[in-house]
Amino acid sequence: MINIENVSKNFTLHNQNSVVIPVMQGANMLVQPGECVGLTGSSGAGKSTLMRMVYGNYLTQAGRIMVGDLDIVTALPRQILDLRRDTLGYVSQFLRVVPRVPTLDVVSEPMLAVGVTREVAHERARILLTKLRIPERLWSLSPLTFSGGEQQRVNIARGFAHEYPAMLLDEPTASLDIANRETVLSLIEDAKARGAAIIGIFHDEAARARVCDREVDVSIFTPKAA
Amino acid sequence: MTPLLQVTDISKYYGSRLGCRGVNFDLYPGEVLGIVGESGSGKSTLLNCLAGHQEPDSGAVIFDTRADGPKDTVTMSEPERRMLSRTDWAFVHQNARDGLRMGVSAGGNVGERLMAVGARHYGDIRGTAIDWLDKVEISDERTDDRPSQFSGGMQQRLQIARNLVTGPRLIFMDEPTGGLDVSVQARLLDLLRGLVRELGLSAIVVTHDLAVVRLLADRLMVMKDGHVIETGLTDQVLDDPQHGYTQLLVSSVLQV
Repeated sequence: MINIENVSKNFTLHNQNSVVIPVMQGANMLVQPGECVGLTGSSGAGKSTLMRMVYGNYLTQAGRIMVGDLDIVTALPRQILDLRRDTLGYVSQFLRVVPRVPTLDVVSEPMLAVGVTREVAHERARILLTKLRIPERLWSLSPLTFSGGEQQRVNIARGFAHEYPAMLLDEPTASLDIANRETVLSLIEDAKARGAAIIGIFHDEAARARVCDREVDVSIFTPKAA
Repeated sequence: MTPLLQVTDISKYYGSRLGCRGVNFDLYPGEVLGIVGESGSGKSTLLNCLAGHQEPDSGAVIFDTRADGPKDTVTMSEPERRMLSRTDWAFVHQNARDGLRMGVSAGGNVGERLMAVGARHYGDIRGTAIDWLDKVEISDERTDDRPSQFSGGMQQRLQIARNLVTGPRLIFMDEPTGGLDVSVQARLLDLLRGLVRELGLSAIVVTHDLAVVRLLADRLMVMKDGHVIETGLTDQVLDDPQHGYTQLLVSSVLQV
């Protein structure tokens, strides 16, 4: 489902003496449907960078990143937008939404985008928010006023609202208590069971061991300092 | 799928001064394109050329009309272009006063657009107008008040209602949230996003506010000195900018 072939990435900082920083070289990785692959490596090794490249959020200088039939590296913005709407989900570490929009609508939005009716979307949003222990009295409020942990759980509810065939999870269990961590891990297991291909970053080793079928250490893709 | 708008090689000079040069892009139905750049970068000139407010020196703006399919709006006749701007196009000005008739009631401002496209039944017009005022959160008891009695944010929402009542397919926006309180900005952004999704509108939004484009636009175009220097997915351009100027622009935003 996700196939990364011989991928490299540089950052060029034009305003800082045009320094070119190579951050990734010759990265290869294959994720099958129903499989979860964990990215490991020390902080700064490029785990999030690789994930953002797969999402099309960072440009890739060379190689191919196939998600389904689409090569992210050469795809048009419009094709990536379609892919993100229907096929590829991303749970980032931070919630980024329009201020003042109620939590229920924030969680429903990815479903409305694929044409689910408002009633059905709200119903599923309620189920997810209940599972993730967001108190019902908060549902009509904007999540931007919530605590960090609550925001993260709203972000997860939003990320799992539509059943994407491919998913990217950046630290989904960080800063969650035991009960909520358990809920998130079971959401991931459910997604795998329905055939989703998942790339995840987990600092929580026990969580990684439980949901990941394999691990890839991204440090091997880090270019050696010249 | 046919693009709603195909823009090829648009250039505009003011005498020997450059407005914008060699701009190309396609816009598909349901897409929101953001254009950012500092003052004087040519973004408003470009918008005005696209919307038929100014005549470009060269290039074509091909719009997929309902009746006749793709047609160049630069070379079409003035009455034809005016008809487009009353029906399929909408233009939201930065200053709501430029887009409203200040001496006419709020309901009249909305109803007038309907009459311009042939609606004649007073009850229907008033009903539709009130319906749209409600959509932009202006209460029906303000229907007969003049826009001059409205706050800036309400005027802006009224302008949007007036523009959208005829069911346009393409909406041009020049700094739609400029000069508004942040609290009002947020509500307006949510309103616009909802309308884009529910009505399948396409939009071109000119702004210098990067936070606004991140939330509103699917794709982004960065302009400097009349040229387009970078284009791409909005989040990609903002998070991994390739051009030196865009990097400067993104890194200069103050954090709250």
